[in-house]
Amino acid sequence: MSLARLQASFRSWLHSGAGRPPEEFGPAAFAGLGVYRNNYRSQLISCLEQSFPMTVAWLGEDAFGEACEDHVAKVAPTSWTIDAYAKNFPETLRNLYRDDPEVSELAWLEWALAEAFVSADQDPLSPTALGDVDWDEAVFGCSSSIMIATTTTNAGAIWSALASRNEPPAAALLPQAAAMLVWRLGFHARFRTIDVIEAEALQAVMGGMSFGTLCSRLVGAQGEHEGTQTAARLLTGWLADGLITCISCRASCCGAAVVYSTSPG
Amino acid sequence: MTGTFRGFGLGLRKPHYDAFVDGSAKVDFVEVVSENFMVDGGRPLDILRRVKSHYPVALHGVSMSLGSADGLDGNYLSRLKMLADAVDPLFVSDHLSWSSFGGVGTHDLLPFPFTREALDVFCANVDCAQEALGRTILIENPSSYLDFHKSTFSEHEFIAELCRRTGCGLLLDVNNVFVTCTNQDLDPFEYLSGLPLDAVRQIHLAGHSKGSELLIDTHDQPVCTGVWNLYAHVVARLGPVAIMIERDDQIPPLDDLLDELAHARRIASSLELRAA
Repeated sequence: MSLARLQASFRSWLHSGAGRPPEEFGPAAFAGLGVYRNNYRSQLISCLEQSFPMTVAWLGEDAFGEACEDHVAKVAPTSWTIDAYAKNFPETLRNLYRDDPEVSELAWLEWALAEAFVSADQDPLSPTALGDVDWDEAVFGCSSSIMIATTTTNAGAIWSALASRNEPPAAALLPQAAAMLVWRLGFHARFRTIDVIEAEALQAVMGGMSFGTLCSRLVGAQGEHEGTQTAARLLTGWLADGLITCISCRASCCGAAVVYSTSPG
Repeated sequence: MTGTFRGFGLGLRKPHYDAFVDGSAKVDFVEVVSENFMVDGGRPLDILRRVKSHYPVALHGVSMSLGSADGLDGNYLSRLKMLADAVDPLFVSDHLSWSSFGGVGTHDLLPFPFTREALDVFCANVDCAQEALGRTILIENPSSYLDFHKSTFSEHEFIAELCRRTGCGLLLDVNNVFVTCTNQDLDPFEYLSGLPLDAVRQIHLAGHSKGSELLIDTHDQPVCTGVWNLYAHVVARLGPVAIMIERDDQIPPLDDLLDELAHARRIASSLELRAA
């Protein structure tokens, strides 16, 4: 058996645990193979436990352990970093807990906060850089740490209570669909629940929409007065939260066209 | 061949971050797990920068998968190079093992048969890594829980040939020698005598656990007497090396690890005095 075939076979056996191990191993290897198989599974389960402490607390260790077993059986790791193994676990939970959507939303929030924690270093735009901005043409560069996901439940409130070791609220559906916004400011990953209007506006701005176009859309949807006020409120909040890192006058920001920036690039 | 460093160090672990960030831990160097810092930014890299301001740093990886028959992950090498260029480490090391194949990982240090084919694969991958990183790397002997009846080299013969062909250095894990030799009923002193000791640049000392049939390399116990005896035997035969305690689980207070490190210092010092 070639080395390539041996490795493909060994890897498959470690993952499935089914059937006999590769023929290259004799009966004397039985105990050793058990060590490798145990290491494989325990590493992945340990990764999930460490990545989702609030979800463990919410579900309980037994239920979380069952979800881990399901995930490890179905999903093989594909990245050099074991941290990446956590990425698809919220999807596994979504399938396992279809009637309890707060479970997968809570897990997504934990995963997103961990991702934001190690995102690229970027300085937020300083208010002093806003003096000469042509607001109609302005295009914003946003923090690369930003992640947005739809939420239908109070998963954010559950996370906050668990993180501060308080009694979490009962799971509840939100009166209307919203989104969770996750980002990093300084060395701290943060989140807040935002309404659909803000989520769509921020995603449009991240996609390169100019502030002038955003204002026009909001005015078209909400009327002159309210639309203008909404645009101003959103931008003020984004600046205060450190979500904006630079302003340019072209669609592709953060490149050579940066005009106003406090970030080295 | 990579440069040398003589000193005694510890692995950087979360419970002890403060003492390494403020420089109060009395060690000569610090080893970090490369993958923990191969991130885009944030606090981990800030901690590493601050540790680096007080201590020389060695990068020790677990995911390069140098034994993979389908070659190395270019993204991994790029990220490791960025980290190495930023840290200017004493050493960059990884293991005599494989962990991924065909884009699917296992996150374990897996064994392979010591054959001519495997030697060619491993040498090609070490050459590739050294070229990509622009530096010589160290290879660590792993703990092993089985052997392959198709192996045509012993592990120490394989390592000697690997060092000869690629110019790589050796990170000698004395606990791994103890575990592998116990599990495979080999003579650890014969194993050590077969290694290219002039290529050793770093030493790991660690503890292990006893399974029902095998010793397991758990790094969750103090260094045992048998490992200390092997260390005393081999350290007298080496040139300048970076010696450290490696503890990954059941992590005790820093002072306990410093006591173990002091024991490693005393053994090395007493042997130097005897030699003089």
